Amino acid sequence: MTTGYQIVVCGGIVPDPLQTLDPVANPAGPTIKNEMMLPAVLDPWAAHALYEAAHLAKATPGSKVWLVSLGPKAKLQQVMMTVAQKVPFELVALDGQAGGFTDTYEVAALLAGAIQAIPGLDRSRLLVFGGWESASRGAGATLQMVGERLHVLDQFQGVDRLAIAADGSFQILERIEGGRHQVSTCAGPPAVLGWATGSLPEPPNNSQVGMANMRTVMPALHRAKPAKVGAEGVTFARVSLPSQRRDTRIVKDLPVGEIAREIVAWITGA
Amino acid sequence: METLLFLAHVESDGSLATQAREALGAAREMADALSGAPLHVGVVGRDVAAAAGSIAGCGAARFLGVAGADFSQPRYASDAAAAEALCKAAAATVVIAPATSRWCRVLPGVAQRVGGRVDTHVTGISADGGAPSVTRWYYRQRMEATLTRAHRPWIIVLDPGCGAPWKGEAGAATVEVVPVKLSETCRRTTVTGVQAPPADQQTIRPDAGLLFVAGAGWTKTQPDGKVHAAEAAELILEFLRKAQASLGGSKSLVDLTGEGQAVLPFMTHLNQIGQTGATPRHPKGLSACCHGEEPHVVGWRFISERRAINLDPNCGWARGKADVLYVADAFAVLRRVNALLGEK
Repeated sequence: MTTGYQIVVCGGIVPDPLQTLDPVANPAGPTIKNEMMLPAVLDPWAAHALYEAAHLAKATPGSKVWLVSLGPKAKLQQVMMTVAQKVPFELVALDGQAGGFTDTYEVAALLAGAIQAIPGLDRSRLLVFGGWESASRGAGATLQMVGERLHVLDQFQGVDRLAIAADGSFQILERIEGGRHQVSTCAGPPAVLGWATGSLPEPPNNSQVGMANMRTVMPALHRAKPAKVGAEGVTFARVSLPSQRRDTRIVKDLPVGEIAREIVAWITGA
Repeated sequence: METLLFLAHVESDGSLATQAREALGAAREMADALSGAPLHVGVVGRDVAAAAGSIAGCGAARFLGVAGADFSQPRYASDAAAAEALCKAAAATVVIAPATSRWCRVLPGVAQRVGGRVDTHVTGISADGGAPSVTRWYYRQRMEATLTRAHRPWIIVLDPGCGAPWKGEAGAATVEVVPVKLSETCRRTTVTGVQAPPADQQTIRPDAGLLFVAGAGWTKTQPDGKVHAAEAAELILEFLRKAQASLGGSKSLVDLTGEGQAVLPFMTHLNQIGQTGATPRHPKGLSACCHGEEPHVVGWRFISERRAINLDPNCGWARGKADVLYVADAFAVLRRVNALLGEK
């Protein structure tokens, strides 16, 4: 019996955070203007989950990491050129819409189906990782639904640390209110972990890892099946950018003492 | 006709949190707006009687409860089973719950179980036109949408601070106990405690009137050619203590700390505000030594009054993102501010 983990990371792609985003209305629902033209990145918290997965797999012989990603094939290929340089994984690609206005229920169904279809996956050693919220929909809902579809009853969100004890049980730290962490122990896999930032920095690019990954990434992209995803039953009455733009008062050449007095009066409401 | 369920869990002291009362206020308003649609209350916890009694006057048609030691801890398996049972017992078409970490962990999974749909981080609920609709943000607070759903049940998870807490008479509520039997597979996880910094090092205060955000500039070379990270840490901690402010950080500063550079030892990823951090709610926010770039400022979406201190008059804050930008040395300003606050 293997003691390694079968770690499946669910990670979507999102527009680069530095890009300006404008919503536009389409017959099928709202979308982002020129979305296909915008540079994309792996969803930031999902990226943390991927790095944590690779770290755990490296520390636990016999483990393997898959990255399940839903997005337009061309965009996935662009993002994988960068992501594949970071850590070893096998890509499972789904060719479909990646925007924030799709519904978690439909996305979860596709992701869970893709996980169930991974050949030889040992569900008793399964860890489903992902970001606790995406940078697009930001719902923090997809992973729980994926877990339910896979009948995984041990789920954790906002995870910053996963420690494995000698007996194979986990200690997990989840973010809760007030800058605190809830500490839990779990008997072991299977489990779903929605990662927050974790504790690992972004790994440097490694060309050898990149070459090894690309041997499976490109075939996976070729194999990617078209995945229909939308938001059935949802009607968007309005999608708009915040109109709030402040009339900034720029205070220059004011003595420090005056600035301090003004700030204190503002803070204290004096 | 919609059937509404307000779903809450009790706190460790047996009470309902303010956040739960906010969600109850929204549920009550929606029930009234939907021509008297029945409102049910569902509560989960070790003992739910006191919590149900505290909202006895909310006009609920039924008070339902899942209680017992198994339901005292915020654990996915037991909470999901309890919430699922309550949704089914109430035959709810619309479920309104507060976005506590406990419910955020579990309610999307519950939606899956009951064949429903879920909207989280909802910032507004209305029933204009006789149908429920919600408002929420997309792309990390960069665009706002109002939407309705045809599918039922619909679980709506309301963010904190988005409505007035329900106020009304307490009393004795008759709670119908909904039985939930947990299998052993639901007990594989045990919550063992909460990890928090010592009280004198706690820098995150969700109820504070002021958010103070430190940027990476605090760790950069100052006009004397030296880095003054230790002094920056002292100034910031003193300010937080005197102003009773909550501390946020820009990603660049938080990342520096995470990379092992001893810059601001109390700054962690939990303090991070912005695209990949938190979006807290405070009446006022003061930024210092941060450039106010868009990925950071999206985390300020729910800060009403904004001021910034920066040496660069052309920084992001000057471009309509702050009400006031002080072009000054933050070290000098904060030193004086601390002195003035000390005199009060």
